[in-house]
Amino acid sequence: MQPSLSPRPPMLTIGDFRGNPRRMRRERTMKVVLFAAAVTSIVVSALIIGTLFTEAWQFLKELSDTVGLGALIDSGEAPGWYPRQGRFDIPTIVIGTLIVSMVSVVVSAPLGLGAAVYLSEYASPRVRKWLKPVLEILAGVPSVVFGFFALRVLGPDLIQPLFGTTQPTSLLVTGVAIGILVTPLMASISEDALRSVPSSLREASVGLGARKVTTTVQVVLPAAVSGIVAALIISTSRAVGETMVAALASGRIGSAPRVLDPREPGLPMTSAMAQLAQGSDQVVGVGPAFQSLFFVGALLFLMTLSLNMLANRLVARVRNKY
Amino acid sequence: MAVTSSIRESSASVVRAALTGGKRDVKGMVFAAALLLCLLTAMFTLTILMWDVITQAIPVFQKRSTGFLTNDLASSPDKAGVSQGIWGSLVIAAFVVIIAFPVGIAAGVYLEEYAKPSKLTSFIQLNIRNLAGVPSVVYGILGLVVFVQALEPVTGGRSVIAAGITLALLVLPIIIITTAESVSAVPSGLREAGFGVGGTRWETTRDHVLPYAAPGILTGTMLAVARALGEAAPLLLIGAITGRLAEPAGQTIVEKLQGKFTAMPIIIYGWANEVNKPGKITGLTFEDLNAAAIVVLLVMVLVLNAAAILLRNRFEKRRQA
Repeated sequence: MQPSLSPRPPMLTIGDFRGNPRRMRRERTMKVVLFAAAVTSIVVSALIIGTLFTEAWQFLKELSDTVGLGALIDSGEAPGWYPRQGRFDIPTIVIGTLIVSMVSVVVSAPLGLGAAVYLSEYASPRVRKWLKPVLEILAGVPSVVFGFFALRVLGPDLIQPLFGTTQPTSLLVTGVAIGILVTPLMASISEDALRSVPSSLREASVGLGARKVTTTVQVVLPAAVSGIVAALIISTSRAVGETMVAALASGRIGSAPRVLDPREPGLPMTSAMAQLAQGSDQVVGVGPAFQSLFFVGALLFLMTLSLNMLANRLVARVRNKY
Repeated sequence: MAVTSSIRESSASVVRAALTGGKRDVKGMVFAAALLLCLLTAMFTLTILMWDVITQAIPVFQKRSTGFLTNDLASSPDKAGVSQGIWGSLVIAAFVVIIAFPVGIAAGVYLEEYAKPSKLTSFIQLNIRNLAGVPSVVYGILGLVVFVQALEPVTGGRSVIAAGITLALLVLPIIIITTAESVSAVPSGLREAGFGVGGTRWETTRDHVLPYAAPGILTGTMLAVARALGEAAPLLLIGAITGRLAEPAGQTIVEKLQGKFTAMPIIIYGWANEVNKPGKITGLTFEDLNAAAIVVLLVMVLVLNAAAILLRNRFEKRRQA
């Protein structure tokens, strides 16, 4: 209640600055809604970790009840991944994955880094405008298409005659195809790292009379090294998790002996998972064959997660430096 | 402009010739050529891939014309078509638009406009970066356990609903990251102007920040849809059909969504494993059909990608001007 004695106009009060209550309420609601959306990502992570590890634990429990945990490392004469026989030799599929990702790094690292150095140091803005989209289009090609390409062209027409493999599908073909697949990723992260190198470093080098190639190799590349290593790690992690190329071009369906030779057909982890999932209705065998899917998935998750965390740390270091 | 740059170029080359004694920098040229070769190799592979697929697909479109696009999956390459795959992929894209767009954009806006630097905020950011690196096949496990098995009454089990939600979650980090990037690139003067005339944070965000960031956000969402359209691994785990797919018994849209399904990348995977026997009438094999299916998928995916790239380049240019 205002005292009615004074004829003066009412003074401004704090309340006048508080704004329209309806607008304020909407402001608070929106804040909660947006926050809920951000928290969704944590829920998704929790769900992924929760399902993976409870199901993987379930697998280990069933395994120890049926054929024993010794089945995880096959010590027989001819070790291998034979889920239907209750033989879950983890080294077989891990080695398959390691071979494939190493081959893919051998392919993608020089190609991706070379493309990145060219785009960042050599290409004029006009050339860059035309060449960069090529990499982006390549990055957009679905992995199943690369799988088909590996199966139909890369394997029989390039790798088989070049390396004399016995059949068109092998770990080598898979690795090369995945290498091409991750080249755009390697190129784009390395290019970011190279472009974040301050141009004063280049100018100083050129000012001392260094040629372009010397400046690039001895000044720019060392300055960007943590970003480039991060790019390598991220493309390795991507290669480890790549599924469709592995499922189509590695050459083994569902089971495989342990092999160390990249020219042999093999079974990477992701390929094993895809085939376990597909055979889910028919799998009847010794031990929890279908459940092994979750154990392999958990292992794959841990491998890629540790690689990604490492890469994140390196990227953060680059950001802090410049 | 052109004149001054050519003068600069020529004087630079005069100076360079004087410094190097007129000798050519062979090492430098070899290095530059090697770098260009890396880029050209990538380009060459892309060309071979496209050429190979398109030349093999042309006879399919000639002999089967629209039948290839309108027929269902079948066991004979004379009859099989991709209509069910196109339907499945479009439904999945719709799920991405309905679920991942609003949630992803909202989360990106929250992180850039609302979140104060705190432990929780940096944990959310770290978590999103890590989610973006989780292999797609692991999302398939999430889909299988949560959306196929646990939520079966809602999703109908191995259905396109389960697949759509799973792929929406898969591309969520991409949308959050690109939204956050484009929102943080908005000049702070726009926000200050909004606050200065008494706008609340949401009003400023809605009326000034989001419209300015829209092209960047749109680019990110297009890339996300393209990614979801091409993803096959999670669908394998969820149980998309690779062989023959009978029309589901239900007629209503909900029953259809809850029934068995397939999608373009899954058809390609399935046909890649098919026996290569030519059909009696058309003489086409499943391999030929597969090339045609890849062309259909690539058209869907690359049109989105190219549109995103064009959109981004166009707005970058306008902002610089």
